[in-house]
Amino acid sequence: MQSVIQVLLVVVQLGLLLALSPFVVGLIRKVKARLQCRRGAGLFQPYADLAKLFRKQPVISSTTSWIFTAAPYIVFASTVAAGMLMPVFVSRTPLNFAGNIIALVYLLALGTFFLILAGLDAGSAFGGMGSSREAIVATLAEPAMMLSILAIALTAGSTNLSTIVHQSALMEGVVVAPPAHLMALAALFIVTLAETGRVPVDNPATHLELTMIHEAMLLEYSGRYLALMEWAAGIKLLVFLTLIVNVFAPWGIATSLTPSFIAVGILVYLAKVAGLAVVIGVIESMFAKLRLFRVPELLGAAFILSLLALVFFYTLKG
Amino acid sequence: MSTLLTILLASYLLGGLLPLCVPGRPHLQNLLAHGCAAGAGVVGIALGLAGLLAADPLTGSFSSNIPYLTFAFRLDPLAAFFVLTISLVGLAASIYALGYVGEFSGRVSLTLLGSLLNGFLLSMTLVVLADNGFFFLILWEAMSLLSYVLVVTEHEKPGVREAGLFYLIMTHVGTAFIILTFLIFFQETGSFSFDSFRHPDQRLPEGLRSIAFFTALIGFGAKAGIVPLHVWLPYAHPAAPSHVSALMSGVMIKTAIYALIRVYFDFLDGEFPWWWGFTVLVIGAVSALLGVMYALMEHDLKSLLAYHSVENIGIILLGIGAGMIFHTYGLHELAALGLLAGLYHTINHAAFKALLFLGAGALQFATHTRNIEEYGGLLRRMPWTGAFFLIGAVSIAALPPTNGFVSEWLVFQSLFLSFQLPTLFLKLILPIAAAMLALTGALALACFAKAFGMSFLAQPRSSHARHATEVPVSMRIGMGLLAGACVVLGLAPMLVVPLLDRITGPLTGVAISSKVLALDGWVVAPVTVEFSSISTPVLAALLVGAGALGLLFARMMGKPLRARYYKTWGCGLNLTPRMEYTATGFAQPIKQVFETIYQPTVKLETEFLEQSKYFIKHQRFEFHIEPLFEKYLYTPVVTFLLAIADRLRIIQAGSLHLYLTYIFVTLVLLLLWAG
Repeated sequence: MQSVIQVLLVVVQLGLLLALSPFVVGLIRKVKARLQCRRGAGLFQPYADLAKLFRKQPVISSTTSWIFTAAPYIVFASTVAAGMLMPVFVSRTPLNFAGNIIALVYLLALGTFFLILAGLDAGSAFGGMGSSREAIVATLAEPAMMLSILAIALTAGSTNLSTIVHQSALMEGVVVAPPAHLMALAALFIVTLAETGRVPVDNPATHLELTMIHEAMLLEYSGRYLALMEWAAGIKLLVFLTLIVNVFAPWGIATSLTPSFIAVGILVYLAKVAGLAVVIGVIESMFAKLRLFRVPELLGAAFILSLLALVFFYTLKG
Repeated sequence: MSTLLTILLASYLLGGLLPLCVPGRPHLQNLLAHGCAAGAGVVGIALGLAGLLAADPLTGSFSSNIPYLTFAFRLDPLAAFFVLTISLVGLAASIYALGYVGEFSGRVSLTLLGSLLNGFLLSMTLVVLADNGFFFLILWEAMSLLSYVLVVTEHEKPGVREAGLFYLIMTHVGTAFIILTFLIFFQETGSFSFDSFRHPDQRLPEGLRSIAFFTALIGFGAKAGIVPLHVWLPYAHPAAPSHVSALMSGVMIKTAIYALIRVYFDFLDGEFPWWWGFTVLVIGAVSALLGVMYALMEHDLKSLLAYHSVENIGIILLGIGAGMIFHTYGLHELAALGLLAGLYHTINHAAFKALLFLGAGALQFATHTRNIEEYGGLLRRMPWTGAFFLIGAVSIAALPPTNGFVSEWLVFQSLFLSFQLPTLFLKLILPIAAAMLALTGALALACFAKAFGMSFLAQPRSSHARHATEVPVSMRIGMGLLAGACVVLGLAPMLVVPLLDRITGPLTGVAISSKVLALDGWVVAPVTVEFSSISTPVLAALLVGAGALGLLFARMMGKPLRARYYKTWGCGLNLTPRMEYTATGFAQPIKQVFETIYQPTVKLETEFLEQSKYFIKHQRFEFHIEPLFEKYLYTPVVTFLLAIADRLRIIQAGSLHLYLTYIFVTLVLLLLWAG
């Protein structure tokens, strides 16, 4: 019985991640459109886009190797795998034992690695440029991410996401060192914007501009390969949003496996993620994209914030 | 075990001598030399495993007629682990060499190359087995000289002799400090036997212990390639034939790690102040970060890999340094964890770095160049080499579920567990080291995306690359063996951790295997599962499952359309390799962001057409990064020494009579002093 429930939880979590991610992308687009006084496409447009792409015949560059066709599957797999390690709507997620927060970060890095290779494979200058830029952004984001997570992990005495979320959920919102948490939150939020290719680091809405990063790497993709890449990008965004809402605001997550807890857990989770998606949409509308060589300053700030969070944690605790 | 040891030594000796007995038959020589070395490798792996599992160390001793020198050896778990590592890489490199040495046919003596390889492997194996300071130094010197001779194999090529000389000087500076270390022990114990070092009649005075710490760190650090003693590495390792580079980078520099652990945890009994560990930690962090940063700017594939050795030695030292700090504060389980992480990374690095060097050698074999900018499109021409190189690249970038990930993860954990330390300073320093490790990891990812992407993907950038073909089977077997080792070491930590625990147990006084492995070994955790855990087999299964899911979606949701192949979109032009991103271009943003460290100088000369300045006739771009350590540390020292030598020339008149007078005066003075 116990194992059946665990398997069920895994399946529901998987389904939720897969099903929800296009919606989040659509929601952010909708918010941006409304703020620009447009009506914008429907909230479910990304689903239609994915379905269409899956049905299209892919065109593959004749200069490419097997890396190009394998990369979408690897990127998709690594992102989904990362999503399965973290608590989504129940605090004690079954697959948590397979990897802690570092494993999650490195799984996403696996995706980034193959994305960079895929960008290089077609041999066009666009892809190379995107890959090169992705490399620097990912490089600078990683230390900040690691330290900000450590600051949180110290509060819970664990780097296992389930333990972190479960403990802070049970403490009912009482945080040990609020300044440390706020700084870590700010740092992780900046990292999220950078890692998921949002404004002000990258612009997901542009094609064929010299500013693009993520889209430049995908330029040669089409058909089902593009669908998988786009979907993976959506899941990655959702993974980061989930991470933020569950680590910094775990209230309402199901701490035990009763049906009512789980129902509330799912509803609260949906509301929180939607709320954060709206915030990202607003931020994307308020800021312009930064010049590439301004990005290190932004990520440097995130690093300093996370470092301060660590200092505050130790000093305020006594 | 003693039988295995005898066979091992005999095989290397036969491998060294037999080729000399059949002159004029290069094929037979090749087969004999590398066959013996490969056989010895297999025996060595068995011996290493036996030594790790044995209850008591295997010891033996042969006295000599030279005072203080006994040919004593001791195979304890620590030594056995390094024998295992050396033999594993030795086996792969020997099989690889069977095909690879054809590259040198007619240019250098294959007889010597094969013999020396056996000698080099033998000296490395004996170094970790030696149980007498004198014996150890002789073997250490033999190892250094043999590797030097192998480095200058292609001495007719420009730069190789200089690289060899640089290596020779640096390694002897190191040896001088090692001799100092042993002399300190000798002075207090009156013997060169490691046993007396280990159990001195009375404890060494505190000051001397600290001096021994530093001399050992400098002496062995010069061999390991810690910053700032790393400068010889990126010259010497690329100059050697690739299978030798693999051995030098994969295992020779690890003998220094072995010796450091031996001195700190065995001879000095693991009793040291916190700042020892702190020093090792800081050196580790700096080596890791600077190593990978300089690697990113390299476009010679083998130099790039050599810089990555500096990085990985740094990561190993991060683990060992953290372990030393925990040990000082009596946190024995964490000390064992740090040490275990360092050792795990040692064997992992041996596997993937040797694999990558063999891969680089295969590329050189096929294209006759080491310049990444001249590669491209090789994955389609050399699918096996490409696949093996990719496994190596993913492993060294520490991406799950490979072996690099497991050991780097363990290093991370030992750094994160710093909150158990009593002082605020260390509580903050260790996480900062973790952040530096995170940056290192990310840069390594960028670097290997560059190395693999530029070498194997897109279109060939030169005619060399266009005409490349796959390398011979023996070379592929050598690489495949190490690629397999990378996969096994990554997916089966439950096999590796108990073995490593047998080393760290005696050194730190506590066995942690049962705590590091949880859930029947499926999960690796740093002492407590509550703090964190990973399971690489489950992660691998998860990745395969999710990938299959992606495939399923692609099949189910789409029509089974065949993909259409068409040329890459090139803005309406036909895409040529010249339009591709270069390795220099790829690394440019990183160069610009970390300007302070690189201090790049860029030179752009443009020549315009006479008719109009809008049309460029000729353009030349050059960029250099400042070799900081060579400029600010080594050049002043060399200038100073040369200046002194210049002054001393006054007494060097070249006249025999004058020299005889010097000798006479010295003799008289000595007699007076003695009297």
